[in-house]
Amino acid sequence: MKRLFKLWRGDSTGGDFKEYETDVTEGMVVLDAIHKIQAEQANDLAVRWNCKAGKCGSCSVEINGVPKLACMTRMNEFQEDQTITVNPMKTFPVIRDLVTDVSWNYEQNKKIKPLKPRPRDADGEYRMMQEDVDRVQEFRKCIECYLCQDTCHVLRDQQQKDKFVGPRFMIRLASLEMHPLDTEDRIPEIRDEYGSGMCNITKCCTVVCPEHIQITDNGIIPLKERVVDRYYDPVLWLWRKITGNKN
Amino acid sequence: MDIKEIKSIEHDVLVIGAGGAGLRAAIECSAQGMDTALICKSLLGKAHTVMAEGGMAAALRNVDKRDHWKIHFRDTMRGGKFMNAYRMAELHAKQAPDRVRELEEWGAVFDRTKDGLINQRNFGGHRYPRLAHVGDRTGLELIRTLQDHGIHQGFKTYMEYSVLDLLKDGEKIAGCVAMVRDTGQFVIFKAKAVIFATGGAGKAWKVTSNSWEYTGDGYAMAYEAGAELMDIEFTQFHPTGMVWPPSVAGILVTEGVRGEGGILKNSNGKRFMFDNIPERFAPETADTEEEGNNWLKGVDGARRPPELLTRDVVARAIMKEVKEGRGTPHGGAFLDIASRQGADYIKRKLPSMYHQFKVLAELDITTDPMEVGPTLHYFMGGIRVDPDSQMSKVPGLFACGECSAGMHGANRLGGNSLSDLIVFGRLAGIGASEYSKNLSNAPTIDNGQAEKIIRNATDILNRERGENPYLMHDELKDNMQMQVGIVRTEEELLAGIDKIEEIKKKFANVKAEGASQYNPGWHQALSMRNLLITSEAVAKAANLRKESRGGHTRLDYEGERDEWLNVNVVISKAGDGEMRVEKVKRKDPDPELKRIAQSKIEDLEKEIGLES
Repeated sequence: MKRLFKLWRGDSTGGDFKEYETDVTEGMVVLDAIHKIQAEQANDLAVRWNCKAGKCGSCSVEINGVPKLACMTRMNEFQEDQTITVNPMKTFPVIRDLVTDVSWNYEQNKKIKPLKPRPRDADGEYRMMQEDVDRVQEFRKCIECYLCQDTCHVLRDQQQKDKFVGPRFMIRLASLEMHPLDTEDRIPEIRDEYGSGMCNITKCCTVVCPEHIQITDNGIIPLKERVVDRYYDPVLWLWRKITGNKN
Repeated sequence: MDIKEIKSIEHDVLVIGAGGAGLRAAIECSAQGMDTALICKSLLGKAHTVMAEGGMAAALRNVDKRDHWKIHFRDTMRGGKFMNAYRMAELHAKQAPDRVRELEEWGAVFDRTKDGLINQRNFGGHRYPRLAHVGDRTGLELIRTLQDHGIHQGFKTYMEYSVLDLLKDGEKIAGCVAMVRDTGQFVIFKAKAVIFATGGAGKAWKVTSNSWEYTGDGYAMAYEAGAELMDIEFTQFHPTGMVWPPSVAGILVTEGVRGEGGILKNSNGKRFMFDNIPERFAPETADTEEEGNNWLKGVDGARRPPELLTRDVVARAIMKEVKEGRGTPHGGAFLDIASRQGADYIKRKLPSMYHQFKVLAELDITTDPMEVGPTLHYFMGGIRVDPDSQMSKVPGLFACGECSAGMHGANRLGGNSLSDLIVFGRLAGIGASEYSKNLSNAPTIDNGQAEKIIRNATDILNRERGENPYLMHDELKDNMQMQVGIVRTEEELLAGIDKIEEIKKKFANVKAEGASQYNPGWHQALSMRNLLITSEAVAKAANLRKESRGGHTRLDYEGERDEWLNVNVVISKAGDGEMRVEKVKRKDPDPELKRIAQSKIEDLEKEIGLES
């Protein structure tokens, strides 16, 4: 069946939506349709993709205004006469067509102090119980598609990239802070440099996460609580002063 | 074009490819004090390693104390039909446990046993539960751990760069020419050593689990630079890829489904794997459904069900069912986990499979069986390397991971790939660092070579008109699928080779529309050369090897033949530019390793019991 697409074409200097019509068959996802248009009508149409199974997080775009993975968005989610509009992620600078420059995210990751593991047990092993790693494993499902970064209004509308690392890296920080082996302290920079206070928990990031990570509830809010405990709870402050215990 | 205006960058070692092997190699080079660059076609962390699901094999002995490197080694050799480089299989089995523990120290969070240790699961061809895993997303855990650790080790990463060809100074490696995909600009990299971690070439086939990156770049560039390709006819068709809907055909369904108890049935509801147990594996495989079920329950002495036989065996059995009219509606076999495990268990142990089928096929795997069929998944063969240093025939050119040959022989066991990446990634890093340190004179760049590489690339854009690279790729994929598929005959292979020649002629006149900035049509055209060289190598090697072994099945030469066990098929570029394909006698293995590989399992287990 013929379907109408409006794909954004252009580069950092500007661009516009162009219309394409292509045949769509059963089971196709939006990325399939884009590839078909690319092969048959627009050989130089730029789109980033890799695994085509929702595991690598490369094909993040905005489909009819919603941040989504093109490879996991089925054509039958839309009405048969509905036009499919695809544009690049708005939070990041466009390179060309549907491809954006996401290098800012890689810079944020590099700033975060890596895992500092405690010593191994006497027999050379690390012991961690499954129930203690469950919550960290949830965060480690992240495929770095940056759809959460794209939808976060602090980054998207306010462009406050110098004040907030965004939901992706709050999750990365949570996965380190809650890692049973970790002995590092990142609470001061979570408050200051990474801007945990910037998030006002509208949960837009959680809604778009293709891995269904409870970004706000399980990641950001507990980090905010740790910051509050550290800086604003006098009893705990005194306790830490006496014991030297970071938590 | 003025070559002096092309940007030039110098490092000690270049690692090409940033999957598990490339990342591990770069980490090692940095640890050895090398000024290192990691160059990759995609964004960091997106390489095909993220697609690995089931786990990484290592005899950690956390779940079954009877495991040992010797048993892992024996399983690997038998799975590889004894074509493996013995020394590589030995290094792998011995070093994998330390590499897995090292990942844990770098932040990987594996699923745990009741005692809090790294949990291990069953997998095809592995005698004991051996695969360290994280649900069914182990590859993501591996790549993210190496990435997050690696970015603090001091190597420089060049993302979305395509390496076009190697540069040499006499016989030795001197660097490479790359193209920046964002801008279309060229860069000359100067280096003492290059490590290829470029993966396979699944994109030459129509039905494959591989992404666009798998275009045989390493094979073709190494071949052009004078290295040898070995055993490249051994291509692994993973038995369980998705078969429906058509747009996702080939996408992988983890062997973990069978490891967790999943069974294969034909359209008559029969568990056909019981009729497909090869003699070699019969003593260690269950022969009734009851025994298979007992094994799943952990009953002592019960043998493993035949669904967990090696991948080549299962892929051929599914093919046979489909061919003989017992396939599923969309031409595969039913893979059923729903009737074997509870819904909660399935969602916990196989979450991404649950998600993948739910979204892409609108199927709930906790209530309905999946439809699966073979998909081109992995190259056992590749660049021929020294088993200890990972250096190819070209001084300064190293290879590790899927793009190198030897470790897996004629068929790779599931779970042995992720462990291969970290074991041989590290060894290649050591090898390249040693080589660089011992090099008396830094190589110099020959601008003429660089100019030629750049001109070949820009010609594709500048030509007035020519062939569409996408259609050319479709033609090649159809050809490889039809003529160089799971089962092969001389007639089909020769027809396939003729067709490749035809496409090569078209390639000489390939044309990409548009400008050089992030132009997928141009990228596709550039990768066609590599796909064509690799396809020709596979087809010609497959035609020479007149037997059936592991991932190479010849209808006209059935069964393994002893005279072929003693030879590798080696491919190199002859002086006249033609592809040379020859039989090369294998080195005699170390007698002790040979003894272990051929031991009866009972004898070997007794011997290990006495040792410990």
